[in-house]
Amino acid sequence: MSHWVIAPVLLPGMMAAIIILIARYHPMLQRTFSLATVGLCLAIALGLLVGVADGTIFLYQLGNWAAPFGIVLVADRLSVLFVVLTLFLAIPVLLYAIGSGWDMRGRHFHALFQFQLMGILGAFLTGDAFNLFVFFEILLLASYGLMIHSGGSTRLRVGVQYVVFNLLGSTLFLFALGTIYAELGTLNIADIAARVSEVPAENSGGVRVAAVLLLLVFAIKAAILPLHFWLPATYSTAPAPVAALFAIMTKVGAYSIIRFYTIAFPPDLEVTQGLFDTWLLPGALITLSVGMIGVLGAKRLDRLVAFAVIGSMGMLMTSVSVFTPEGIAAALFYAVHSTPATAALFLLVDVVRTRRAGGDLTWAPAPPMVGGALVAGLFFAAAIAMAGLPPLSGFVGKVLILDAALADPRMAWVWAVILASSLIAVVGFSRAGSVIFWKAHAPTSAFSGTSQEKRPESQGALPMVAIGTLMSAIVLVTVFAGPINRYLNATAAQLFAPEPYISIVLDTPGKVIEYKGKTDKGQKDEAESGKEEEGHGS
Amino acid sequence: MEILVASAVGILTAAGIYLILRKRTFPVILGTAFISYAVNVFLFASGRLAVNQPPVLQKGVELYTDPLPQALVLTAIVIAFGMTAVVVMIGVGAYLSSQDDHIDDQDELAPGADPSALEHADPIDPSQQGAPS
Repeated sequence: MSHWVIAPVLLPGMMAAIIILIARYHPMLQRTFSLATVGLCLAIALGLLVGVADGTIFLYQLGNWAAPFGIVLVADRLSVLFVVLTLFLAIPVLLYAIGSGWDMRGRHFHALFQFQLMGILGAFLTGDAFNLFVFFEILLLASYGLMIHSGGSTRLRVGVQYVVFNLLGSTLFLFALGTIYAELGTLNIADIAARVSEVPAENSGGVRVAAVLLLLVFAIKAAILPLHFWLPATYSTAPAPVAALFAIMTKVGAYSIIRFYTIAFPPDLEVTQGLFDTWLLPGALITLSVGMIGVLGAKRLDRLVAFAVIGSMGMLMTSVSVFTPEGIAAALFYAVHSTPATAALFLLVDVVRTRRAGGDLTWAPAPPMVGGALVAGLFFAAAIAMAGLPPLSGFVGKVLILDAALADPRMAWVWAVILASSLIAVVGFSRAGSVIFWKAHAPTSAFSGTSQEKRPESQGALPMVAIGTLMSAIVLVTVFAGPINRYLNATAAQLFAPEPYISIVLDTPGKVIEYKGKTDKGQKDEAESGKEEEGHGS
Repeated sequence: MEILVASAVGILTAAGIYLILRKRTFPVILGTAFISYAVNVFLFASGRLAVNQPPVLQKGVELYTDPLPQALVLTAIVIAFGMTAVVVMIGVGAYLSSQDDHIDDQDELAPGADPSALEHADPIDPSQQGAPS
């Protein structure tokens, strides 16, 4: 069973190469391969989900080398949850890309999409900090390609900003990893956890620096203020299916924070005290406020959704930084809900762009859209979910977060910011919806002719099916909120009892090279893990 | 030697940060390259500095340099190299398509700029498909 853990990483990677080498000039073949891979991965991930639901942790040792010398992949409840979430998101996004023809507006969409999936899934599954860096780079490199897919000068310029920002983030990540290695002599997450508790308090400066640097890196990914500047322009300019897939990218940052700061640097650790209550919680609350104020202040529909992403990440990180099992469980529920909601909104923005006269996304009045009622209905539902109004899952997520914050000493701040920002978001979304869908009227009599010409090509039912799938996922999350929440509570409980994770990773036997030289340092056998790392990089 | 390595990392990083804060694409890319050199040297130092020692564990060899940072640096160099190539390509593409290599959103902020020019820089334009991607 544990061999299946590597399948969600290997399959997209192999398929990306096959798509480039064999199916380069065959669009239908690319689409089939791409969809089949995602479907297969989802089936495997669901199998893993059933496997880990009872608390089992699957370990896969690459090349059968024992941790911490070799790289390991670990599938526990948290990892598999995010793997399933990613693949559930990928299928509608892929359907939309195929249905709307986005995938054929540039080269190599499907190959890059598979590489992106490989990076994201690998980041969720790996149990090694340096390997996490490598998977971050894979997902970033693919995202650079996807971000500028189909070109255009605005997109290229925003792409440069996005790439430079993330290059700096990667460099910071390397500095953090170098510091961790210098201080602890290991980069395996479980091994870091085992060694960090032995660091004497008077010598903990390096570990503190490393923990803060790592938090900064993940905060860049999760777009927490003041490190969010890359997000609004990138998400609003990226091709719609890509922006929808990027909905999971911010969650990679959130996942990494949850993973590292529950296992490697647990909350009761002396050296990292104050990181969450003093720094992360205010940052998250400001992120939430700025995101929702941005929703109200945005002058275009795509910017509005991008700011809604920032707001939802603020909400998620607020719940994380409470740092109790209830807080983590609520944050995970919010992640499960906000990923499809964000993706649906980005896809709807694209539908509005193709159907509204002149592709205009501003608040200027425009003639009514073709089939506007369905789009308006879907936008209404997605906005309700995003703003956290009943009856959809955003409301459930928000109630869970508010409930988790009850015991926190800064409960008044959390409640005030969450409730006030929700109100602002509701106003922002209602304004956008009423201007785009309700106030539609024809400023000139000749609107139909011009708007028909601007439309690229008539779209089939597939885009709407994709958005409908995402919306029904939100409904399902709402209906099955009880069982999902039970699983998430178990996930949080597993995170706050990291001993099984650490012992499974470190105590599972594997190959080790016997060597008989005497050394003056304690860092033995690291040559082996070096070999592994090298193999991943090249 | 520690002072030499530490000041090398510091100066490279400082030069890199200075260049990244420039407004044009080329200095910014150079700046990221400088910072990635700095981090490579830093990673080397993370395994403790040792001169003229073998990076292998063998019978009879008692002093050795930690080989893991060397493997990490190799990975980091490969990745940084690839990333620099990508950012150069995107930068050149952005310059060729807009005849402007400013990295900040100049047109958005310029007072007299025609706002409709930005709105209609619609990425779906098929004539842009030849741009490097």
